[in-house]
Amino acid sequence: MTRPGFVLEVDRSTPPILTWHGEGYRLERLPPGRSRVIYPPEATEALSDPDRAIREALLNPLGDSKPLPELLSAGMRLTIAFDDISLPLPPMRRPDNRQRVIEAVLDLAAGAGVDDVVLICALALHRRMTESELRHAIGDRVYDSFAPSGRLLQHDAEDPDGLVHIGLTDAGEDVEINKRAAESDLIVYVNINLVAMDGGHKSVATGLASYRSLRHHHNVKTMRHSRSFMDPEHSELHSSNWRMGRLLAASGVNIFQIETTLNNDAFPASAAFLQKREWEWSLRDRAGFVASSKALSVMPPRSARSMFQAIKAPHALTSVHAGEVEAVHAATTRVVHRQQLVDVQGQTDIAIFGLPHICPYNVNSIMNPILVMCMGLGYLFNLYRGMPIVRKGGVAILSHPTPWAFHPVHHPSYIDFFEEVLSETTDPAVIEAKYEERFATDDWYRHLYRTSHAYHGVHPFYMWYWGAHALEHLGRVVVVGGDPKAVRRLGFSPATTLADAFEIASDVVGRDATISHFHCPPIMIADVH
Amino acid sequence: MIRESLSGKRVAITGATGFLGTALTERLLRCVPGSEVALLIRPGRRGAADRVRREVLRNNCFDRLRAQVGDGFEELVAQRLHVMSGDVGVDGLGLDAQGKDLLASCQIVIHSAATVSFDSALDSAVEINLLGPSRVAETLKDLQPSRATGSDSPHLISISTAYVAGSRRGSAPEAALSDTPWSTDVAWRPEVAAARRARADQDAKSRESKMLAGFARQARRELGAAGTPLLSARAEKLRDEWVHDQMVALGKARARGLGWPDAYAYTKALGERALLESRGDLPLSIVRPSIIEAALAEPVPGWIRGFRMADPVIISYAKGLLREFPGVPEGIIDVIPVDMVVASILAVAARGPLDEPDVFHCASGGRNPLRYRRLVDLVREWFQENPVADSSDQPITVPEWSFPGRQRVARQLERAGKSIGVAERVLQSLPVRGSRAELSARLEERHVEIDRALSYVELYGAYTETEAIFSVERLIELFDSLPEADRLEFGFDPDVLDWRQYCQEVYLPSVVSHARVRLVGSASRSSAPGGLSRSERGRRAVLSPDRQLAVFDLENTLIASNVVDSYSWLATRHESGWDRTRFVARTLREAPRLLAADRADRSDFLRYFYRRYEGAPVEQLRADAWEMFSDLVITKSFPAGIRRVREHRMAGHKTLLITGALDVVVEPLRPLFDEIVCARLSRRGAILTGELEEAPPTGEARAMIMADYAQANGIDLAESVAYADSASDLPMLEAAGHPVAVNPETKLAAIARRRGWHVEQWPKAPGGPRPLLPIGPRR
Repeated sequence: MTRPGFVLEVDRSTPPILTWHGEGYRLERLPPGRSRVIYPPEATEALSDPDRAIREALLNPLGDSKPLPELLSAGMRLTIAFDDISLPLPPMRRPDNRQRVIEAVLDLAAGAGVDDVVLICALALHRRMTESELRHAIGDRVYDSFAPSGRLLQHDAEDPDGLVHIGLTDAGEDVEINKRAAESDLIVYVNINLVAMDGGHKSVATGLASYRSLRHHHNVKTMRHSRSFMDPEHSELHSSNWRMGRLLAASGVNIFQIETTLNNDAFPASAAFLQKREWEWSLRDRAGFVASSKALSVMPPRSARSMFQAIKAPHALTSVHAGEVEAVHAATTRVVHRQQLVDVQGQTDIAIFGLPHICPYNVNSIMNPILVMCMGLGYLFNLYRGMPIVRKGGVAILSHPTPWAFHPVHHPSYIDFFEEVLSETTDPAVIEAKYEERFATDDWYRHLYRTSHAYHGVHPFYMWYWGAHALEHLGRVVVVGGDPKAVRRLGFSPATTLADAFEIASDVVGRDATISHFHCPPIMIADVH
Repeated sequence: MIRESLSGKRVAITGATGFLGTALTERLLRCVPGSEVALLIRPGRRGAADRVRREVLRNNCFDRLRAQVGDGFEELVAQRLHVMSGDVGVDGLGLDAQGKDLLASCQIVIHSAATVSFDSALDSAVEINLLGPSRVAETLKDLQPSRATGSDSPHLISISTAYVAGSRRGSAPEAALSDTPWSTDVAWRPEVAAARRARADQDAKSRESKMLAGFARQARRELGAAGTPLLSARAEKLRDEWVHDQMVALGKARARGLGWPDAYAYTKALGERALLESRGDLPLSIVRPSIIEAALAEPVPGWIRGFRMADPVIISYAKGLLREFPGVPEGIIDVIPVDMVVASILAVAARGPLDEPDVFHCASGGRNPLRYRRLVDLVREWFQENPVADSSDQPITVPEWSFPGRQRVARQLERAGKSIGVAERVLQSLPVRGSRAELSARLEERHVEIDRALSYVELYGAYTETEAIFSVERLIELFDSLPEADRLEFGFDPDVLDWRQYCQEVYLPSVVSHARVRLVGSASRSSAPGGLSRSERGRRAVLSPDRQLAVFDLENTLIASNVVDSYSWLATRHESGWDRTRFVARTLREAPRLLAADRADRSDFLRYFYRRYEGAPVEQLRADAWEMFSDLVITKSFPAGIRRVREHRMAGHKTLLITGALDVVVEPLRPLFDEIVCARLSRRGAILTGELEEAPPTGEARAMIMADYAQANGIDLAESVAYADSASDLPMLEAAGHPVAVNPETKLAAIARRRGWHVEQWPKAPGGPRPLLPIGPRR
């Protein structure tokens, strides 16, 4: 039995707390008497025989689904769709869940004599994966048997010939998804469920959808009404995806959903201190912290970045469920909650979010300022159930170097968004109304999305909308240790040290403000009562 | 008296486009209502009348008259202002019949045309300054028979300069030079012949093969591989400039040798002598102003035209550039406001001629001297109160002058110039671009400024060291003879000048605004025209909806990469570990040679380099190029550049890419451009031969391609924008109406700066990946 997460009240004897700072971390002392630290639960136990668990799940589906072998027959069209590079974080060691599951599915398909099998990476509007990234996700064996014959595809949300419009939901939302998938006799969706937002109907309805379909839930209004989008029951984003998923099912699109969960063992043993409670650090952990911080402080940012990019998490499979989408996802969510939920009593005036080096959109890439905003105010802020850990009108303090840096291949439209849009306004609603369409329908961005490895032109807008709920909720956002110019462009206040940040925050929340330090990663969900 | 006497008279004026001529014309039209004015103007491209309209009447000198008469201005001009097309540099003044009639009808002729530049070439100074007055006199004599019978000969008033007295000490009288003690007596005819011969000699010398080779070398140094037509044009221009410089030097040497401060005073002095010889019995007065400066009151205080002699010196001082200027502290700076000179001339004209030629000085030194020390103090005081702003809006502190000797200042400046020159040459020989190249351009600008300061010292030093005192007895006598009303309205007694008031309230504000120097605290540059900075205005101009075409170079303009990079990427794409290493080592070894070949001639380089593609499979290359698009091209692209291409498209402009890169390499960029012109390799079946299908688009060929494209699409090249990074793209940049230098290398940076071209510094994506070597990714 692993220890659950808990909340530490900071007193005079509390050691400094590890605070992430991009490609690095700092130890920060918090004001005693009015601060608390929210720790995630420790990694839950892994399945002892993952491959057997997978086979059993395929043979014993949930909901009204038949076992997978009964759904497979010679002459059928089978499409296996799988989650892309944005999952899990950090990327897991080989073999990846997707490889294990896909190999198991392919075994059954081969046994049933299915010839027409296509693999599709469910990119939505994300960048196309590179060959080495694909090999890492699905394994060399699968890659080598599908890629050369052109049967390993990456979803293209802008291919006019590769999409099919299924219909409108009763809320009037367009449902338009990948044509090959829609016209298959069966879609097997292979998911990795890292956070509660993933999976369920979102897998196909978002992962294989077009811009025309996505814009119905990826918008400011939806995001402001998803409180939070990490809590499916209170997420408008999910309601919309569920409506779409049900329309797909009603329209005869057969989906066999396979969801896997991971424990939150995010860092290798050499960096174990990153997920340990500070007072439990051994001599080795301390040495590891000192040595790595020293090394990082003298390292050029590019080298630090490659060092962090090389981290492969020892994440282990904790559950696998297969069958009908909603039944599978309900079971998955229970497992995710068991790993991630932490009881938190009440809100505080200030929340501190140390931002790590990685978010779903900069794997093997650069966390640019827009992604900093999205990671802090989109992801970490929304990792709550009930209510945010910071009160309405409170202050969020983000810790991240926020360099004025962009990956030219992955984030071309981000560069222009930062230069052209954020220099004019940071108001999500204005941005949406005034600029979204131009970026979303831009030929050059479309070209880069389709042929290079670029996120879709509209993607930076979504990142900004992701933080819309937080922007509305918060009184101020302070970024510690960021490039002041970039931070101001985001509409936030730059601070050099955490103490300065408290000083700046005091204008909004007073001198004796209460503080929560959200000790993430590893990932958790604050269950705030 | 003046108004009455000149009323009903027709006054001919030469040199009306000059400072004094414009003021004279205006004053006559405004203050002597009964007079008529006939201007002798050298016809420009659009004729003499047009030149008068644009270069004389549009000057702000006429603002006061315009305001006075309102809509009646055109009518007034039509009735009282006549124009004859002519040239004082030609015997007979080049007048047509009409012009002759007009000139013959004038009762007064004021000859104020001169080349006043202190560093004009010897022969042109001789033609205009020395021979000009005699030509006017000869023409007037020739016209005598055609004049209305009974009318007197016209009164010729020739404007000379007080400095004809030469570099002398003590008083210079208002008398013909021949009657002046210590004046240099030189026969003027041999001087004319010698000057004309000198031009031919220098021209011949400039055509010697060694000289020509030198010019060609220098052109190449400046422009790099810009292509033969541009290089030869530049070399010819350099030759021309060399001859001109020689003539300037000769003029200076000859003048100094004979005791004048410069060629201007020397030719003017001989001009007076020649005029006295050739005038016959033509009634003649000579007016000799000293240094004419901004108006005291008429038409408005501070009115000035052109950059006057002292102005550049003062501006250089205010900018902190001239830290010292030679001069004798107690020496007299003889300055006279232009309106006083005008009034003196009109008074002489109103009085009419005497039996014998007479001479007037228009100068302040004899009556109300301005000492050099006082002038420096006044200027310093004023600039301490109103400092000039530097580029970051900080006040420039003006230096204290120690009145050193001229030699010392010149030496200091020469030293500074030399050290900058060395730094400049070092920078230019390095393959730098972008902001570092800008540094070199700034150094060059600094060099030019120092050179200019040095030339001021050489040219004007003599004037600050002048110890002659120009007597104004006759002028004051004339002034005293005027009735009270004239003395008030046409005042020219230098005694009334209050130097502090004139310097600080009239002259300096005018010079500063004229030179467009920005003072601290004055409207900042960003609130200058249109409220935009210079670079922002440049950006707006190229993106204006009026533009029709934007032409881009690729390498180092849109991406920080070149044909060698893309070749090594493609070549290593399918190599294994050890071969990759060997390949990289080989390429590195070759790099300097390749760079040199590229600099020498781009076409030859491409032809030579592309042979390496011999035997490459076309289809694989094509597929690999798409991968390279992400891995190399976009990775090394300038996002701001790509954005600019897109902005042009959004503005509805056509976009054209002209590059020496291969078709397969640029294929992925196609959505950005309406058309791509690039290099193509011929193929044998499914493999490349390594030979180009046609000559690669480089140098002047790019300008041709651009012109052809424009013609085919009905586009006006004047409305086109061209973006490029190197001097080898000059033909293309010059062909465009709006050239833009992008991350320019040193040569182009210097050229762009000199010509005021818009410059863009486009960086790679900040913080983005920087692959060390252009090699394909490992499998």
